[in-house]
Amino acid sequence: MSAQAGTAIIGGGIVGLCVALGLAARGHEVLVLDGRDGDMRASQGNFGLVWLQGKGAGYAPYARWSFQAVQAWPDFAKRLSGLVDVDLALCQQGGYEFFTDAAEYEAFGHDLHRQANALDDRLSFELLNHADLAARLPGIGQRVVGASFCPLDGHVNPLRLHFALRQACLASGVRITGGASVVSVRPAGAGFALLDETGRQTRASRVVLCAGLGAAHLGPQLEFRAPIRAQRGELMITERVADRLPFLSSTIRQVDEGGLQIGGTKAETDCDTETTTTMVGLAQHAVAVWPRLADLRVLRSWAALRVMTPDGYPIYQRSADHPGAFLVTCHSGVTLAPLHATRLAEWIDGDPAAPDLEAFDERRFALS
Amino acid sequence: MSADLVIIGAGPAGMAAARVAAEGGLSVTLLDEQERAGGQIYRNVGAVAGRGWLGADYARGGALVQGLDHPGITHQPRATVWRIDARRGVIWSRDGQSHVSPAAHVLIATGAQERPVPFPGWTLPGLMPAGAAQILMKQSGMVPDEAILSGAGPLLYLVAAQMIAAGAPPVALVETPTAITHALPKLPRALFGLPTLIKGLGLIARIRAAGIPWYRGAADFRAETTEDGRIRFDFTTGKQSHSLTCGLLLTHLGVIPQSHLTRSMGLAHEYDAEQGAWRPTLDPWGQSSEPHVFVAGDGGGIGGAEAARAKGALAALAILHQAGKLDAAGRDRRAAPLRRALSRALSLRPFLDAAYSVPSAFLAPPDETIVCRCEEVTAGSIRKAACTGAEGLRLMRTSLRTGMGPCQGRMCETAVIGLIAEATDRPASTLGPGRIRTPVKPVTLAEIAALGPQPEETT
Amino acid sequence: MNAASRFRDAPGAAPRSLRLMLDGVPVLARPGESVAAALLAHSGGATRQTPVTGAGRAPYCMMGVCFDCLVTIDGHPNVQACMVSAREGMVIQRQIGARRLGDQP
Repeated sequence: MSAQAGTAIIGGGIVGLCVALGLAARGHEVLVLDGRDGDMRASQGNFGLVWLQGKGAGYAPYARWSFQAVQAWPDFAKRLSGLVDVDLALCQQGGYEFFTDAAEYEAFGHDLHRQANALDDRLSFELLNHADLAARLPGIGQRVVGASFCPLDGHVNPLRLHFALRQACLASGVRITGGASVVSVRPAGAGFALLDETGRQTRASRVVLCAGLGAAHLGPQLEFRAPIRAQRGELMITERVADRLPFLSSTIRQVDEGGLQIGGTKAETDCDTETTTTMVGLAQHAVAVWPRLADLRVLRSWAALRVMTPDGYPIYQRSADHPGAFLVTCHSGVTLAPLHATRLAEWIDGDPAAPDLEAFDERRFALS
Repeated sequence: MSADLVIIGAGPAGMAAARVAAEGGLSVTLLDEQERAGGQIYRNVGAVAGRGWLGADYARGGALVQGLDHPGITHQPRATVWRIDARRGVIWSRDGQSHVSPAAHVLIATGAQERPVPFPGWTLPGLMPAGAAQILMKQSGMVPDEAILSGAGPLLYLVAAQMIAAGAPPVALVETPTAITHALPKLPRALFGLPTLIKGLGLIARIRAAGIPWYRGAADFRAETTEDGRIRFDFTTGKQSHSLTCGLLLTHLGVIPQSHLTRSMGLAHEYDAEQGAWRPTLDPWGQSSEPHVFVAGDGGGIGGAEAARAKGALAALAILHQAGKLDAAGRDRRAAPLRRALSRALSLRPFLDAAYSVPSAFLAPPDETIVCRCEEVTAGSIRKAACTGAEGLRLMRTSLRTGMGPCQGRMCETAVIGLIAEATDRPASTLGPGRIRTPVKPVTLAEIAALGPQPEETT
Repeated sequence: MNAASRFRDAPGAAPRSLRLMLDGVPVLARPGESVAAALLAHSGGATRQTPVTGAGRAPYCMMGVCFDCLVTIDGHPNVQACMVSAREGMVIQRQIGARRLGDQP
């Protein structure tokens, strides 16, 4: 059985669906090949942060790209709600990073100043010591030595974002297949031939690899280096709470339904099972930051695998050997969603107005 | 404190295993959620006097409870296991405090739960599973007042007979279609199952003698609350519609293994097509895909109390051998009579599974039915999502939040799978089981935090 | 709604000698029974309102699997009533919607 498409996108996660939406809006015929229900899916294990502070402190292009993304989110949310009736619960009221270690707090302060420089001081942020923090957030735990606050930070409901993107794609004429992973992709004729694990073949003029960790074995088939690795993040989800938590932080957030999520760990492993040590650490962190969370019940833990490049910044790569093949990978697919659905499509099309994404070329790793 | 063997669940399997293991020289910790040992089938048997109306089978559980009085067995009641950590051991909670029990071997004997029976109105006060009424009879000396029993299966007849004996007969028995004639070829050729069959017929005779209205082939269940808080129960039998009122509507459509703990450990599971449920994949001793983890009793596949006792003892023998306390010859010699008992106990199972297989309407109920009770997601929403791409449990869960409430899908997974199967024309066996994460029962942040070294201790 | 209890006592059942409070109203329980059983003996009405739609629920499975019997006991919200033994002096409140966060501990 075979199918034809103008552009085939491998991967139906948030990244792949955003790219699909962007290309469809530019008039292209798009087919998204999504994997199996049980596949590793970073789109289903993340916090939904729309986050700026700290991003690209050591790499100005990423700081700028993240800044543009955060600014573009409100219009993007409007565009999606114009296409589908889903409440994304986008909230951009600012976010905190809390610190229980004075050295880490100080180091992050330096990072923020560097980031601000990279953004020509368009980044506003505050550094708060415990006393200032306690005045602003009276429930803050004694062990929090300081915090940074950035008014541009926010969050969105990531599961509903994924669902909305999917519905928006379908409403825009994108075809989506699922239930089987693509196992091979190769140049064929003027385009590409893709084969999935059931033997189904697809031909496409262009192919965009948005397969998350799948890029590790699919990328080399198109001669991409795709130097990505898995990094586990664990989190815990609590019972619903009627009160509104008076803050958003990168490690503690309240979902719009009312439950709290506690997370933000990083472990260099490709195993997506939760661990006792991390669960204990997360619980201790939560209770240290906001002691009145102590008697909240955890309903379940979760773990998912981030898709990490060596420097942690995205890869946007046009294939030199196979024109028409593209690699897109990042670990902040939620924050960057608006740009993936607009500017990246311009870049894939080679539009003169497209952004210059040289800084995210994978050849930057050639010397490492 | 470390033990050679931690057993989770003090039902017939767990109790039988504890005794065999302790007599064999192992130190055994027996963790159980309830205040008293007995599991569900022998619930509260240790405390009950003068409840002969519950039947002779129930009373036999008393001996198993007494068997726990052995120096090698530490029974921890009111212990809720929420995670099994391969390195650290079994993590459990009681009175707001969690404990870690390291164990060289683990036996999971957490038994069964009733198969959820979703239909419009099943979430209303006044509707309960038949097993819940049985628990109230056993533990609280309460009997249903003006109840209707609905569904099918041996437990339904047992509860009816127990209610009759307690002077509170059901006002009607509304039985869903059974396939008894179809199942007849599955009766054991030898008459091992005869005593049980006779007992079953005895129950049926008692129900008939009590003159209880008995409807057969019932379908299209629907419940509503009346103005005075009673239940109006509508159903059809063939082309006829019925509307009955009662104080309590009890339903039952069989039991399924509780597999949250085994799934949370990543053990291999398989689909049992006859029972319509997933169970862990086990060898003949009950060993799971993890060499030091065993499963016994209904949690490994429905078989009833006598089968559970035998399986518990068999698992204990295998664990004794694994622990070097019993050589293979001794293990096999002692296993022989247990295997015969197990075979007898299971002889009726193929017949029962076939005779009381679940009508498909309860696996894929009408659109207005609330399927996920915790998140209040209807069958109609699930069908729609399945038709627009949510073709698996995980995608359905992230689309509609089914299974994200505190019960972790225990009440809804069966029907969610049934609805996806119907919408995508795929068999249920390809759609599960869902992945389960710990804690398998809710536990507070403070309790989890207290399990690690406290921050002050690390400085 | 204060529907009458849907249960009555079995022959030979022990007297209900423990006094509990349910939303300010006295409720009796017998030693050894769960809070859920005592609530069911007391009345047939809802013992909680769901956080999603406010629908009325009452204890269902009686064995800790369904989480429909959640109540607040002695100030602790979202406790499964079927898993807790009734004790003299317990203060029970129906669980109305999602719980609130406690005050600073």
